[in-house]
Amino acid sequence: MKAKHQRLTLAVLALLALVGAGLLAAFALQDQASYFYTPSDIVAKKPAAGQAIRLGGMVEEGSIRHDDDGVTVNFIVQDGTERQAVIYTGITPDLFVEGSGVVADGKLTGDGVFVAETLLAKHDENYIPRELEGIDMTGNMVKTGTLVE
Amino acid sequence: MIAEAGLIALWLAAGLAMLQFALGAVGVRFDREDYCAAIRPVAVAQGVLVTLSFLLLIWLFLRSDMSVALVVNNSASVKPLLYKFAGTWGNHEGSMLLWVTVMGLAGAFIALFERSLKVKTLVTTLAAQAFISIGFYAFLLISSNPFERMFPVPQDGQGLNPLLQDPGLAFHPPTLYFGYVGLSVAFSFAVGAMIARDVGPAFARAMRPWVLGAWIFLTLGITAGSYWAYYELGWGGWWFWDPVENASLMPWLAATALLHSVTVLATRDGLRAWTVMLAVVAFSMSMIGTFLVRSGILTSVHAFAVDPERGSFILALLAIYIGGAMALFALRIGTVREGARFEPVSREGALVANNLLLSAILGIVFVGTLYPLVVEALTNEKLSVGPPYFNLATGPLALILVAIMAAGPLLRWRRDNIKTLLGRISFPVLITAGALFLLVLLTTGMSVLSLLGLALAVGVAVASFAPLWKRNLRRTPMHTYGMVIAHFGIAVALVGMASESSFTEERLVAAVPGDEITVNKWKLKFEAIEPVAGPNWTALEARMTAQYDGGKQVEIAPQNRMFAAAQTQTSEAALLTRWNGQLYVVLGEGDAQGRWQIRVWWKPFVTLIWYGGILVALGGLLALIGRLRRRYVQHKQKLYAEMVL
Repeated sequence: MKAKHQRLTLAVLALLALVGAGLLAAFALQDQASYFYTPSDIVAKKPAAGQAIRLGGMVEEGSIRHDDDGVTVNFIVQDGTERQAVIYTGITPDLFVEGSGVVADGKLTGDGVFVAETLLAKHDENYIPRELEGIDMTGNMVKTGTLVE
Repeated sequence: MIAEAGLIALWLAAGLAMLQFALGAVGVRFDREDYCAAIRPVAVAQGVLVTLSFLLLIWLFLRSDMSVALVVNNSASVKPLLYKFAGTWGNHEGSMLLWVTVMGLAGAFIALFERSLKVKTLVTTLAAQAFISIGFYAFLLISSNPFERMFPVPQDGQGLNPLLQDPGLAFHPPTLYFGYVGLSVAFSFAVGAMIARDVGPAFARAMRPWVLGAWIFLTLGITAGSYWAYYELGWGGWWFWDPVENASLMPWLAATALLHSVTVLATRDGLRAWTVMLAVVAFSMSMIGTFLVRSGILTSVHAFAVDPERGSFILALLAIYIGGAMALFALRIGTVREGARFEPVSREGALVANNLLLSAILGIVFVGTLYPLVVEALTNEKLSVGPPYFNLATGPLALILVAIMAAGPLLRWRRDNIKTLLGRISFPVLITAGALFLLVLLTTGMSVLSLLGLALAVGVAVASFAPLWKRNLRRTPMHTYGMVIAHFGIAVALVGMASESSFTEERLVAAVPGDEITVNKWKLKFEAIEPVAGPNWTALEARMTAQYDGGKQVEIAPQNRMFAAAQTQTSEAALLTRWNGQLYVVLGEGDAQGRWQIRVWWKPFVTLIWYGGILVALGGLLALIGRLRRRYVQHKQKLYAEMVL
């Protein structure tokens, strides 16, 4: 390499690395940018079975059902218009109750059930997951007397 | 009266910061030596006053002075002493005061001890440091006064967020802040050197200890934060790619790159413009990190402050500092002469590769963290970028980086030969290949990334000691040992990460007292559920005994805690640490049939992740001590030489 051009070469290399990183990021983002889904999104643009997605919405009133094994819970997440069946095996967060917001990471199975690997419920009275802000969940929410575990 | 005294000290410190900036600006612009000479005592006085102000705030918290709004909102009189103390900075105002205090102290330190820089560079640096502080003083005094009184005086405070009531909190945020502020010093040095047209080895040597110090604190802060999230959140994970975690990772990545490029500048006078640029980027990342966490723009498990006014203030500061520095960089880059040249195959070449890869990873994390926010601001569409993106995009680059980390230190400065490098590196490569072969043969279901990571980590662990090979160990400088230990620490952490993701075993059951749970070679017996009480919480506790491979029985007790003051529940995982891993037990809810959910993980060698982090920080500390000692000795020699002449 001609020593004279070293600075230029370094600048070009740095630029290439940045562009490369940008492309890599864009490529990965394209795959994952629509990572967050509401039940309506799932109806509108159904993600492939097995693709890792994040589902958010409200736990429908009266939908939580515990399996006999004591560690599996079935419930329905709704966003006011659409509903999505969810199955989760694990310890539910402390504030996971009917009528409250929930964000679940997991994937859809072939038969359309969402299998959650992690659940994040709002963990204090003021907390709403960022993705759930502004979504109208009032559809069938009952506000009184249900916050008893 | 204490609160008023604290506020007065803060105002005085702010005034001194303005004086410090003015003295520096006028002194450098008009070449006034008397102004330049006055800046040192002013910087020291500013540091003392702001420290006094912070100490008074600590005192208010320790006394639980309920006439001060900040104490009322973030503390309670029944809280244990440690959390009263830590509560000082476990909130917005207090943490900002901590930030500006550390900055003031850093300025005082430079004023007292920095003797090797040109006067003009030093004075400009102190002025830049004061300029940054002024913004934070304004922030505190205008919109976030920590000493504000409350009337009528309430009976008791509201307590601290229970998730934060943990020994980890006492040290995690200040550790990160020390790191952030250390990078602000590096930034000030870069601005000083650009204005004084003094970008060269002397500047790099003066800046290096601050970069090293900041990097050590960031490393420790990230390590501690990761462990805190691991045991406090009860999810068994150690890194969630949460935006707040990324906010601390991004400055660390930039600082790591800066640390390596500053070495090229100090040793070989190369990479001048690049190093200055990185110093600007590193501080930008600290500011962005602070903005993300403090503005409440993210709603995540860590972001507790929600107040748009604060966000705009930090954003404005960020724009002024970063924009100003970038403009200065654009104006002055022409005057930074090209540094020494080198061949592609050389130590410098490897360090350039290190810098490019770290920058690329930084870019990926940056895009992934900010992309959802930008999209939401522009289109109001909500999306989130999760672990799949980050793992996919950063994983491969990180592995290449680790491989280069093993080879780089074996290269000579300026020019080397690829054949001799292959000779030096052949043994670790052989070990990596052997490990890969054994892993493929003996394990099933490992992901490609974990497989490569684990094999590479084993080879790199060996290779990291290669720089000591055939050297006189007693004459090897301390900073070389530092590098060896830090690189070894990275390999150790990588082993832990790969092992955790590949070999973790998990059991989830609904058990009644008397049941046994088996996971790997552990036998757990669920004895009973009992209520217990702490100073400000009550809990349900599962009494269990655990036995590893027929060994001694040990008692463990995971809990579900209820905090009275905040009406919040947290689950306290129980951990049993062995040399070869950690047993992690979480207690869930009970059901109508008297069963309790219990989740158990056996995580082989998971602790290596954090031991690795500590080793990395330890390596940094050794390098720092070695560098400081060498500078001290050289300073003494110079003084002696001047005396003799």
